[in-house]
Amino acid sequence: MAAVEIRDVRKSFGATPIIHGVSIDIRDGEFVILVGPSGCGKSTLLRMIAGLENVTGGEIRIADRVVNNMPPKERDIAMVFQNYALYPHMTVADNMAFSMKLRGAPQAEIETRVSKAAGILGLTQLLDRFPRQLSGGQRQRVAMGRAIVRDPQVFLFDEPLSNLDAKLRVAMRTEIKELHQRLKTTTVYVTHDQIEAMTMADKIVVMHDGIVEQMGSPLDLYDRPDNVFVAGFIGSPSMNFITGRVENGAFVTGDGIRLPLGGAPAAAEGRPVIYGLRPEHVSLDDNGVPVEVVVIEPTGSETQVVVKLGAQELVTVFRERIGVQPGAQIRISPNPALVHLFDEATGKRLVA
Amino acid sequence: MATTAALSRPAPRETTLAERILQDRNVLGILFMLPAAAFLFLFLTYPLGLGVYLGFTDTRIGRAGVWVGFENYESLWGDSVFWLSVFNTFLYTFVASILKFMLGLWLALLLNEHLPFKALIRAIVLLPWVVPTVLSAIAFWWIFDAQFSIVTWSLQKLGLVQGSINWLGDPQIARASVIAANVWRGIPFVAITLLAGLQTIPPSLHEAATLDGATSWQRFWHITLPMLSPIIAVVMTFSVLFTFTDFQLIYVLTRGGPLNATHLMATLSFQRAIPGGQLGEGAAIAVAMVPFLLGAIMFSYFGLQRRRWQQGGQD
Repeated sequence: MAAVEIRDVRKSFGATPIIHGVSIDIRDGEFVILVGPSGCGKSTLLRMIAGLENVTGGEIRIADRVVNNMPPKERDIAMVFQNYALYPHMTVADNMAFSMKLRGAPQAEIETRVSKAAGILGLTQLLDRFPRQLSGGQRQRVAMGRAIVRDPQVFLFDEPLSNLDAKLRVAMRTEIKELHQRLKTTTVYVTHDQIEAMTMADKIVVMHDGIVEQMGSPLDLYDRPDNVFVAGFIGSPSMNFITGRVENGAFVTGDGIRLPLGGAPAAAEGRPVIYGLRPEHVSLDDNGVPVEVVVIEPTGSETQVVVKLGAQELVTVFRERIGVQPGAQIRISPNPALVHLFDEATGKRLVA
Repeated sequence: MATTAALSRPAPRETTLAERILQDRNVLGILFMLPAAAFLFLFLTYPLGLGVYLGFTDTRIGRAGVWVGFENYESLWGDSVFWLSVFNTFLYTFVASILKFMLGLWLALLLNEHLPFKALIRAIVLLPWVVPTVLSAIAFWWIFDAQFSIVTWSLQKLGLVQGSINWLGDPQIARASVIAANVWRGIPFVAITLLAGLQTIPPSLHEAATLDGATSWQRFWHITLPMLSPIIAVVMTFSVLFTFTDFQLIYVLTRGGPLNATHLMATLSFQRAIPGGQLGEGAAIAVAMVPFLLGAIMFSYFGLQRRRWQQGGQD
């Protein structure tokens, strides 16, 4: 177990810069998730930690050693790949034992470690199988078993669940989190799925176009997104954005509709701003703003309603079941305390 | 009403016997297969059958033979030149195949790296395979010329050799020379096919092995080679078959000489049958190759069987 420090790390492929100076502190035993849309540089950053890509600038430290020029095998890390990268010609047991065999560990020790890891992951029955004879979830577990046997300082996961079906993904999510709670090994996990990030991470790092947009605990990012990008990326369904101005402490849309604000910052008065409203922070209210129902999507536990406010469509989610037809008028009101305001020009959060 | 309905519907026409036969699935199947079967028979089965038949006769050019049973084979059994050609064929096939495999694999591994002008280099590598054998054999004939050999000249200029080297005139050197020419010609096939195989190995396997602490030699031994083994089995089976039946190179370079040192079974068969006129004996030599070729095919049959780890299987 070890802390990982990433200091102003840069990466270019040829003349094209991919990562523009990223600094992240990962504490010993922390579960950190790098999340962002494809092409944001999160996988490249992970591969740089692993030593599979060289570092163009900056410094990466694992357990207080600078590892920039250290070959992967000396970094004492284990990685789980998106396609699992199991050796197809080796049995499950051989896959897990491979790293120890290369190191020349005694046979008895190999067997103990493999059977222990297999026990943790429920693979004991499958040790003689070849990867081809396993299901997706089992292969995923073997890939994790290969990492556990190494007993490394840091676990790296590169989108490990994206090849699984939706139900299995949820199950494996829990399993990985449990595993982390049990082993307490520092973990860096890359995903593009913000729900994975929200549910598993101690700390989320939101990346976009090669920079860190925001870093923090899942609920911090949800409650106080620093900018429009993070606000739109975290949360599902994503936040609605309405452009307009702040007038006399209230928000006025381009169509002239007034929406309440819970204490607008003084600096925002009269400026063009973006009004951020999460779908779940809206309630039915007889004194609210009139909107037209466009689509109703019941999910059982809640009802998702797409409504039209002036010319703009908003997504709203209600706990209650609503018996209206498309085209009907309903009145809604946002919870003013939970509304977010962003500067339209910079996209930055306006702090009250 | 009933009558009009009956009238408006056309009465079912009587189908003739020919029509019914033509609509039978089995008859149709045979009918569609006939052209292909005719081709196969005409160009494959008939010549092969004729060859086997000739081996049991004493046919000569210009004279129909009579059935002599195993007489040709009995005389070959006591024929030292025949046994020399068998030995030569095995030596030629064995040495050339091993060299082709090792050099081809090495070339494939090189071409799998990131090289500048990779596409162009790959195209150039294929050249020896593309050029007609006789053409390249003539080039080698000149390279191996006793007086004007460029290899001898180079070695002389480097000060490694004093006199000239009789590349195709000395039995041992001639064997090495024809093997070298065959290897030169056979490498592209091995290299390009193995390169295709190398490209099917996911890079993440190498990355995983690197993280597991494998050196590049260990990655080759534990990942590349086992993953490549099914393709190696295919390529080497074909390579062995091509080499075992080689004829053109030898015929242009040495015609089997000196002192039959480079006579292969294929060249000896031709030599006895056409210039020598003993069609029956030549055919017998050719038929004698069949058991060896069958052996190679059996090897490929078992070698090509899917490895246990390749077999799919769902729970």
